[in-house]
Amino acid sequence: MAWRDDWRRVRTIAWKDLTTERRSKAGFNGVVALGVTILVLFGFALGPDAQAIRAAAAGALWLAVLFAGVLAFNRSYQVELETGALEQLLLYPGSRWTIFSGKLLANLTFVGLMLVIVVLVGIVLFQVRVPAAWPSLVGVLALGAVGLVALGTFYAAMASRSRAREVLLPLLLFPMLVPVLLAAMEASKALLGGDLMHEAGAWMKMLCAYDVIFLMATHLAFEQVIEA
Amino acid sequence: MGFRMADTPSEELAIDAHGVARRFGARWVLRGVTLQIRPGEIVGLLGANGSGKSTLLRIFATLLRPNAGEARVFGHDLRRGADEIRSRVGFLAHTPGLYDDLTARENLAFAAAMLGLDTGGVDAVLERVGLAAVATDRVRGFSAGMQRRLSLARLLLTRKRLLLLDEPYANLDAEGIALMNGVLTDSVRAGGGALVVLHELAPAAGVLDRTVTIKDGRLAEPLGGTARAAPRVAAGVH
Repeated sequence: MAWRDDWRRVRTIAWKDLTTERRSKAGFNGVVALGVTILVLFGFALGPDAQAIRAAAAGALWLAVLFAGVLAFNRSYQVELETGALEQLLLYPGSRWTIFSGKLLANLTFVGLMLVIVVLVGIVLFQVRVPAAWPSLVGVLALGAVGLVALGTFYAAMASRSRAREVLLPLLLFPMLVPVLLAAMEASKALLGGDLMHEAGAWMKMLCAYDVIFLMATHLAFEQVIEA
Repeated sequence: MGFRMADTPSEELAIDAHGVARRFGARWVLRGVTLQIRPGEIVGLLGANGSGKSTLLRIFATLLRPNAGEARVFGHDLRRGADEIRSRVGFLAHTPGLYDDLTARENLAFAAAMLGLDTGGVDAVLERVGLAAVATDRVRGFSAGMQRRLSLARLLLTRKRLLLLDEPYANLDAEGIALMNGVLTDSVRAGGGALVVLHELAPAAGVLDRTVTIKDGRLAEPLGGTARAAPRVAAGVH
């Protein structure tokens, strides 16, 4: 069955990426440390006004995840490029999208773990009260992470062929991420504020739509960007 | 100028390339390479640094697209039949293509899973390349020669009909060279072909059927002007 072969390849690539990342440790520790540092710096920049800090918490959280995520996306292809493993990966028979899906799955796990830590630190640092509708907040975090990781994994593949990939990735990624970030920030902000205007649902629907579009578009276009 | 077997049908040729050209930016690395390799042939590809040897190998492995020209591997067009070609070609790059933080066994298990194979054969292959004792060691601690052997082990997981080897003898000791030659002769006996990029002819001289030299982006006359550089001998480890 072709789909079983494809799913096996996706799982194999995700396992490989997560195993190498778990063993090298430097990657995850570095990414989490950067995320937390950005949150702390936002805290300093906003000053002692508790109201202002809480109002900016959602934005600060997503920006911290974005900047730290860029490091993670770059690393996911750096491992392939260091010893020429990307060429071997491209030589295995099967659809190219399985490579993308495997990396996306690994990056999603990676960013998800980072998100948990950054959110917990953010709650303490910004004195945020966990809302009653916390399952919806978890949903927003998950939807936002999917959009971020789909585009991040895709543009990291595109930038990986360039010597200036560390610079190129944010330049390509940030403009494309504006709708996802905007929707995620607004939905998070609404939920943290008790969602008095019942606007979180609309932002979440928009996030869902962006995720579907970006997941489909990146899977379809991956073969074009990874081929030399 | 390549070596042409006019009476061999195109679908039976391991490689049938005509006028293959490739440029990087404004620089043409290959300017029209014409080459035919029959099944059962081991061909050495010689040339100076930067002459385009590795580029040509990558094109036949479907890792690079040619800017001009046509090529078929076992009858499959490079552009339209890339998937079929990948299932028939074993490519050994100059770089090992291994994951440093995985063990030797895990690297091969990963390759086996990607190829749709059972991982049961991994230990036997490690044994054959002499790495059974370090199967659970991470590749990060391996010497260049050990990494080369592990790359070769990955190649041995499946029997490929065409071997494309880029400087396969680099960093190998005498035993490793014999092992590599054994793999080449085994492949030929099974009806496969091989194109081997070489800097020095000596390690492979006993197994090569002929050599071609690449110069200024084109293939020059075979060394010595003959089709066979040296008589093939069974020098390998079997």
